[in-house]
Amino acid sequence: MTTLAEIAPDTLQVTDRTSARAFVDTHIAPYADAYDRQGRVPEELLERMTAAGLWAPFLPREAGGAGMDLVTLGEVHEEVGRGCSSVRSLLTVHTMVSWAVQRWGSPAQRERWAPALSRGDVLAAFCLSEPGAGSDASGIATNVVARNGGWTLNGVKKWITNGQRADLFLVFARTATSIGAFLVPRNTPGVEVTPIEDMLGTRASLIAEVSFRDVALGPDALLGPSGFTAGMVLTGTLDLGRYSVATGSVGIIQAALEACAAYASRRTVGGSLLKDLPLIQAKLSDMVTDARAARLLVAEAGRLKDAGEASTIMATWVAKYFASTAAARHASEAVQIHGANGCSPDYPVARLYRDAKVMEIIEGSNEIQRITIAGQAEREII
Amino acid sequence: MSDNTKDQILDFVRARYPQADIDESQDIFALGFVNSLFAMELVMFIEKTFDITIPNDELKIDNFRTANTMAELVGRLTPARV
Ligand SMILES: Cc1cc2nc3c(=O)[nH]c(=O)nc-3n(C[C@H](O)[C@H](O)[C@H](O)COP(=O)(O)OP(=O)(O)OC[C@H]3O[C@@H](n4cnc5c(N)ncnc54)[C@H](O)[C@@H]3O)c2cc1C
Repeated sequence: MTTLAEIAPDTLQVTDRTSARAFVDTHIAPYADAYDRQGRVPEELLERMTAAGLWAPFLPREAGGAGMDLVTLGEVHEEVGRGCSSVRSLLTVHTMVSWAVQRWGSPAQRERWAPALSRGDVLAAFCLSEPGAGSDASGIATNVVARNGGWTLNGVKKWITNGQRADLFLVFARTATSIGAFLVPRNTPGVEVTPIEDMLGTRASLIAEVSFRDVALGPDALLGPSGFTAGMVLTGTLDLGRYSVATGSVGIIQAALEACAAYASRRTVGGSLLKDLPLIQAKLSDMVTDARAARLLVAEAGRLKDAGEASTIMATWVAKYFASTAAARHASEAVQIHGANGCSPDYPVARLYRDAKVMEIIEGSNEIQRITIAGQAEREII
Repeated sequence: MSDNTKDQILDFVRARYPQADIDESQDIFALGFVNSLFAMELVMFIEKTFDITIPNDELKIDNFRTANTMAELVGRLTPARV
C-alpha cells in the first residue's frame, strides 16, 4: 500500500479556493464516479487529504491547524463538494467533531484530540441519528449512566457518515438530566460497527450503524457543559455541519452547471446545439443564477461566523435551505439536459442527482429547515 | 454591573421575542421560549458584544435566567480595566 510519506512530497497544500480547486481537479473529480460505483472513498485519497492539510485547517495553529477563516473553509468545502459529495461528507463530519473539541473541550481534551484531528491521524464521525430518531433529536434513546466516576454508554446510532472508517465518534446520549456529547474512541470495548451499503447518494461516504453495548468511558469522555447548555454543543456542531453541507450543495450546482454547459455546447438535436435552444437556455440561466445566489448566502453565513455574530445560525439555515433545494432542482435538470446519457454511468450528472437528494435530508431536512426559518420570520421585519 | 450591559442584553432578548414583556429581573426560562438555538445565540451575543469567553463551568442556567444575572456574569468575566 502507498504510504503517506510516499504521497506527501507531490501533494499540494490546500490553503484557499484556488489550491482546493487544483487538488480536487487532480485527485478527486476524475475518480468520483468510480468511488460512487465502488461504494467507498479509498484510503489513498484520505492519506492524500492528510498530506494536503484538508481535514481541519480552521483549527488554530497551536492546535495543529492553519487558522483558516470559515469563509475560506466554506470555499474549500464547496470545491470538494463540486468534485465529490461523498468526500465532502467525510470532511463535514470530521469538521463538526474537530470544531466541537476545539470549542467545548477542556484543555486536556483539546490537547489529546485536536492535533491528531487536525493532522488527520484521527478521523472522526458524528453520531446523533438512531433507528428511531432523526429529525427529532430529543427522541434519542442512546443513554449514559454515571458509573465508577465515569460513564457507561448504551445504544445504537444509524446512518453514521464515515462510521466505517472513523477512529473517534462524537456520540450524543441521554444523561440523567439532558443530552450530553461523549467522545468515544472506536477501539473502546463494546463498540461495534456495521457498514451500511447501497445508499441512494453519497454512496462512497463509508456510512455505518454503530452500536454501543455497555461501553465504559472515563470522566473525560463528556465534551462541554452538562445541564441546559448541553444542547448548545449539539446546536453549534450541527450549525457548522449545516454550513458545510450548504457549501457542498453549491458545489453540486456548480458541477451540474459545468457538466451541462459543456454538454449543451457539443450535443446537437435537429441541427441545433442544445445551448441554442430557448428551453435549455432557461435551465442554464437558472443554474448560473442560483449558483451565484447560493454562494453569496453561504459566504454571508461564513462571514458572520468569522465575526462571531449570533445571526450566523439563522443565516446558515437559510443558506442550506436555499442551496440544497437548488442543488436538487438543478441536478434533476442536469440529468434532463443530458437525456439518456444523463441516466447512464458515462456522465457525472446521475451521481449529482442522487447526491443532491441527500442534501435535502441531512443536517436538517427541508421540512425542518422551513419550520425553523418560518419560526424566525418576524426577525425579518425591517 | 453597568445598566448599559443590562440594556444591551435586554435589547437583544426583546428583539428576538417582541411579543414578550421582559424586564431585567424576568426569568426568561420561565417564559418557556428558550430553546437551544436561542441559548446558542445568546451565548454568542454576550461573548461578541462584551468581548469575553464564557468558560464551560459558567454555562449554567442560573447565569442566564435574567438580564441581571447575565450582566453579573459579564462583570465577573470582564478583566478590570485601568
Ligand atoms: C447519506 C446520509 C448520511 C447521514 N449521515 C449522518 C451522520 O453522519 N450522523 C448522523 O447522526 N446522522 C446522519 N444521517 C441521518 C440524518 O441526519 C437523518 O436522516 C435526518 O436527520 C432525518 O431524520 P430521519 O431520516 O430519521 O427522518 P424522520 O425524522 O423520520 O423524518 C421523516 C420525514 O418527515 C419529515 N418531518 C420530520 N419532522 C417533521 C415535522 N415536524 N413536520 C413536517 N415534516 C417533518 C422529515 O423532514 C422527513 O421528510 C445521515 C443520513 C443520510 C441519508
